[in-house]
Amino acid sequence: MTNKTQTAIDFEDEYDVIIVGAGPGGSIAARDCAERGLKTLVIERRAELGTPVRCGEGLGEAWMKIADIEYDSDWCKRETKGAVVYPPNEKSLKIDPENKGYVIERKIFEKKLAEQAGRKGAKYMLKTRAKRAIVEENEDGEKEVKGIVVENDEGEEKEYRAKIVIAADGVDSKIARSAGLNTSNPIKDMDSGYEYEMTNLSFTEEDSKYIHIWLGNDISPGGYVWAFFKDKDVANVGIGINPPKAEKSAKQYLDEWIRNHPEYFEDAVVTEKKGGGIPLGEPIEKPYMNGLMVIGDAAHMVNPIHGGGMGQAMESARIAAEIAQKAIEKEDYSAEVLSEFSEIWWEKRGNQLKDIQKVRNFAESLTDKDLNKLREIIGEDEVLDLVDASNLKKFVKLFKGSPKIAMKAAKHLR
Amino acid sequence: MSLELNQEKCLACGGCVSLCPKDALEIKNGELTINHDKCVKCGTCVKFCPVKALKINK
Repeated sequence: MTNKTQTAIDFEDEYDVIIVGAGPGGSIAARDCAERGLKTLVIERRAELGTPVRCGEGLGEAWMKIADIEYDSDWCKRETKGAVVYPPNEKSLKIDPENKGYVIERKIFEKKLAEQAGRKGAKYMLKTRAKRAIVEENEDGEKEVKGIVVENDEGEEKEYRAKIVIAADGVDSKIARSAGLNTSNPIKDMDSGYEYEMTNLSFTEEDSKYIHIWLGNDISPGGYVWAFFKDKDVANVGIGINPPKAEKSAKQYLDEWIRNHPEYFEDAVVTEKKGGGIPLGEPIEKPYMNGLMVIGDAAHMVNPIHGGGMGQAMESARIAAEIAQKAIEKEDYSAEVLSEFSEIWWEKRGNQLKDIQKVRNFAESLTDKDLNKLREIIGEDEVLDLVDASNLKKFVKLFKGSPKIAMKAAKHLR
Repeated sequence: MSLELNQEKCLACGGCVSLCPKDALEIKNGELTINHDKCVKCGTCVKFCPVKALKINK
């Protein structure tokens, strides 16, 4: 007999922090909250973490530092040196940035993050659907989130109360919405994604050390086709399209593109099919209310140029954990206190994402002819500037030989 | 008229859920579900679906 009253499958009725969703954002928030001494519960609807995968699985090394996670050969499948970008005429441009990245195995990655959080003391409740936030009126007569109503794995509805709820419930977030925060997306800001994991691909070994990006309004309207390699002949080959610009489904565009490139795919085998929505619109301006903070994809914290969201989710998770601790020390879970989360996040990342939105608008205004022309005008450094939204003012001048592109740059990149 | 889901095609990716203006879609037990009482058949989810798993039956 031990003195422990709780095992892995028993839960208390009240926690300091309840986190909804055990993706990269949720588990980093759980790790940090537990490390800060907060009694932490993670509610996850899936029976197994990391699956189904809805992601290209690329992660820049810089994000790993920000998230305070170390290289791990179990989930860092392949280091990527940079990117090869193909305009519609396929005259490619190779980019070798200083910062490297990895293509990861998300199924293992998510489990490892949960293990780390668990070792710090966070508890996980799997196969449990968070139905809605508990919203009550506080002393000031305002709405305040006080916990979560779940349907557990025995089909029972049950309440768990918390001082603070962190909604890390991804692109199909329900919790913030149930508390009255509007996190829905207009369709123009939601790219439709489809992806095959393939093996026995016919790329060169050197090519497989880069991520590959194919651009063109015909092949992928409003988005791009990608290949992210997990091994020299294994890759995620996927597509993102902007539905209002598209005539077919993401899968149909990708299938057509694959059939047009037998040089890569003739001997390949599909080992997994994945789909997903990529929220490319502006982040939620105020991702908090009394008792609630919203992080990651659920708050649209996604890079609007390449659609990556894992890094932003983990970064915002760390800020949310810091502010949760502060609020709990103060015993004040009001929107006023939690707004510091939003302020720090906007300063660190949000404003940059807003600038990158300009680049997205510029990119979406370009015709295939413009994209081919652009390839002749710009080089590696300019592409890196565009992706980071740095030095945007220089572009109008750079395009002066191509008035049409210059006009579009003048309209969007300021 | 009703929104019809082909569960065999659906990858339960959840991209359609936040697009729904009436909050009529949800992933439950790993599967997409439609609340037909809330659905107004606007077709936004149909337009989005990467694999054409949704359609409006006329």
